[in-house]
Amino acid sequence: MKRVGVFVCHCGTNIAGVVDVARVAEESRDFPGVEYAADYKYMCSEPGQDLIIKAIKEHKLDRIVVAACSPRMHENTFRKCIEKAGINGYFVEIANIREHCSWVHTTEKEKATEKAIDLVRMAVAKAIKDAPLQKATIPVTDRALIIGGGIAGIQAAIDLANAGHVVDIVEKGPSIGGKMAQIDKTFPTLDCSACILTPKMVEASGHPNINLLTYSEIEKVEGYVGNFNVTIKKKARSVRMDVCTGCGICTEKCPIKTESEFELGMSQRRVIYTPFPQAIPNKPVIDRTKCTFFKNGKCGICSRVCAANAIDFEQQDEFLVEKYGAIIVATGFELFDYSVYGEYGYGKYPDVITGLQFERLVNASGPTAGKIKRPSDHQEPKNVVFIKCVGSRDIAKGKSYCSKTCCMYTAKHATLVSEKIKDAKVYIFYMDVRTAGKGYDEFYNRTRENYNANYIRGRVSKIYQSGDKLIVRGEDTLISQPVEIEADLVVLATAMVPQLDAAALAQRIGIGYDKDLWYTEAHPKLAPVETHSQGIYLAGTCQGPKDIPETVAQASAAAAKACGLLSKTEMLTEPIVSAVDEKTCAGCGLCVPICPYKAIDMKAIQERVQGITIERKVADVNSSLCQGCGACTVACRSASIGLKHFTDEQILAEVNALCL
Amino acid sequence: MKQEEKEWEPKILVFACNWCTYAGADLTGLSRLQYPPNVRILRVPCSGRVNPQFVIKAFQNGVDGVLVAGCHPGDCHYHTGNYFTRRRFLLMRRLMAFIGMEPERFQNRWISAAEAPKFKQTMTDITEEIRALGPNRKLRNTQWNS
Repeated sequence: MKRVGVFVCHCGTNIAGVVDVARVAEESRDFPGVEYAADYKYMCSEPGQDLIIKAIKEHKLDRIVVAACSPRMHENTFRKCIEKAGINGYFVEIANIREHCSWVHTTEKEKATEKAIDLVRMAVAKAIKDAPLQKATIPVTDRALIIGGGIAGIQAAIDLANAGHVVDIVEKGPSIGGKMAQIDKTFPTLDCSACILTPKMVEASGHPNINLLTYSEIEKVEGYVGNFNVTIKKKARSVRMDVCTGCGICTEKCPIKTESEFELGMSQRRVIYTPFPQAIPNKPVIDRTKCTFFKNGKCGICSRVCAANAIDFEQQDEFLVEKYGAIIVATGFELFDYSVYGEYGYGKYPDVITGLQFERLVNASGPTAGKIKRPSDHQEPKNVVFIKCVGSRDIAKGKSYCSKTCCMYTAKHATLVSEKIKDAKVYIFYMDVRTAGKGYDEFYNRTRENYNANYIRGRVSKIYQSGDKLIVRGEDTLISQPVEIEADLVVLATAMVPQLDAAALAQRIGIGYDKDLWYTEAHPKLAPVETHSQGIYLAGTCQGPKDIPETVAQASAAAAKACGLLSKTEMLTEPIVSAVDEKTCAGCGLCVPICPYKAIDMKAIQERVQGITIERKVADVNSSLCQGCGACTVACRSASIGLKHFTDEQILAEVNALCL
Repeated sequence: MKQEEKEWEPKILVFACNWCTYAGADLTGLSRLQYPPNVRILRVPCSGRVNPQFVIKAFQNGVDGVLVAGCHPGDCHYHTGNYFTRRRFLLMRRLMAFIGMEPERFQNRWISAAEAPKFKQTMTDITEEIRALGPNRKLRNTQWNS
């Protein structure tokens, strides 16, 4: 007979304020198998855990039920706790009477108490059926994959590489650098973005432990923590990386021009190009969708002028399959498509631009060589209007969240305008000003006080052209007066949104995302860089809007987590896996195709039946591939395959206990 | 109405997958969103782990409604588990109709870890739906039927 101990946690008043914890403990003493029950203020605290250990020894308990918070929070804590008392960690069951009871039935104390008693009864029934489980070990491949070569990916790669691990960065564009490479200055220090980024790009490209795979995409991710098998598509560059010297003559001679993505359509690039002068690798790529040679076989000038014979029109996409121990996802963000705000004149008025376009406009290597000129007639604007929260904090047309960086970058843009155009007037339409960050509020105050940026609280209702001016019409809600400003240039602080292919990529990698398609962390507070898929970590704005310091900090955190994994040659695995009862397995093989991890194979076993040795086939689970989903258990017609810790018997015990 | 029926409260069993719906239920608690105390959540690794046997057993034991909830199709932590759930669910509903039981007593929903309001709403709706159907008498074991 099993001897169960029940420990009911008050969680301060989180549980005890609603649920009658003493009654839960008292009633649970009568459940079959329960030897001992107690309640305590904080079970997870050291005295709480000591209480459990003491009770195990005193009352010879061999199964433990803790009625407390979610098992997702403290299951591990209590597993370790009972191991200290000398019993198997998998002999603990948690009844979630906080998240699933006291917090959601706050006003119904009696019913919440009854529900808590039910939940404990279910947990006791399961605990009695629990079997001891042992962790096994699997090897870890000492190599990390970083998806995305922006500042987050670069920082994580450098940290990992410096710790002695081999890292591959896969970047879909022709160069690493990401959005930070497009930014002119960084707030609040007004450092030149490229001056602090390019040394890091160079460090990453020259590091013996880092391999750059630019112009490449993730095709498929298979495997599991420590042993991911990743298929990477190296898109055909049409330029042989091994022989190209990066001299740039091909780019110079290429006769076809097209819009530059890096300059956000404000200037042109050639069809064979490097996205920007400091690009790494500094080797060009042919844009096959625009190149006339690929369209109709005419031209081929680049190939003729190339002294190194590096142009290869025949090049095909290549597929690499590599093995990795850890993956860091750092795919970054895109800008909200503000065309839904028809009233701002998107596409109609060339002098309505986005914040990122403005960054290019003030950048010394940008399309205007750093002189602020408006796109329509290249005149210097005197009145510049900034509109914040375009797409952010707008449930009706945009996104519900705050994009976090726009308040600061708009303040930065305002100072840059005032510095470059002495007689300029700057107007900023805002809803709120949010400047939480070191030195941020000081920067914002300086913008208002020393640079005379005119902050107007209210949304803009309409922008229209009148002569060569844009009339910006809005309301100053602080004085309840309509405002109309004759602007030469309007800059929209557009929201950060995930990459267009964020959901598709998440599904390929096997990680979760939220309603806005930002990737979700394992826990918003306690596991902010982990995902629910072990061995896969998040860095930067693929998780949500962030500024550069936050992105870099998170990238280093993700790298530290990956280091922790890669520094071991082998790791412990969860023992919650499927197992086959070979005696009853009929060898039908129905479980084989249902397994998403290809963890089940058929094997031959020998058996003696009535004195004759026969050979028959049975299913066989590879426990290091099995992730414990249990899909196979339902497919099996003879119930010969079971998921440990969630066996039919255990789940049915819970179902039965609910109705006692 | 008999006294027993007046006091009757539906008992609903929710099989919640560890990665989406269970986490969604946790977030509902964390957000202090209130729902009827009639539901009991049973954690399973994946909605695909739920054997129809568990559902039948629950009805035999006198549960009034069963909900199997997991990740949205395409978002399964185990890639494909919820597709199996979906197929099984359709079969189960047909079987229930066949034996003369209200198929509405057995439901299936996709609730992600981020959808606390949806979790709350689903629990509220399902409790009311089952309440409207009345107690489960059809499949219930006579030994529990006293």
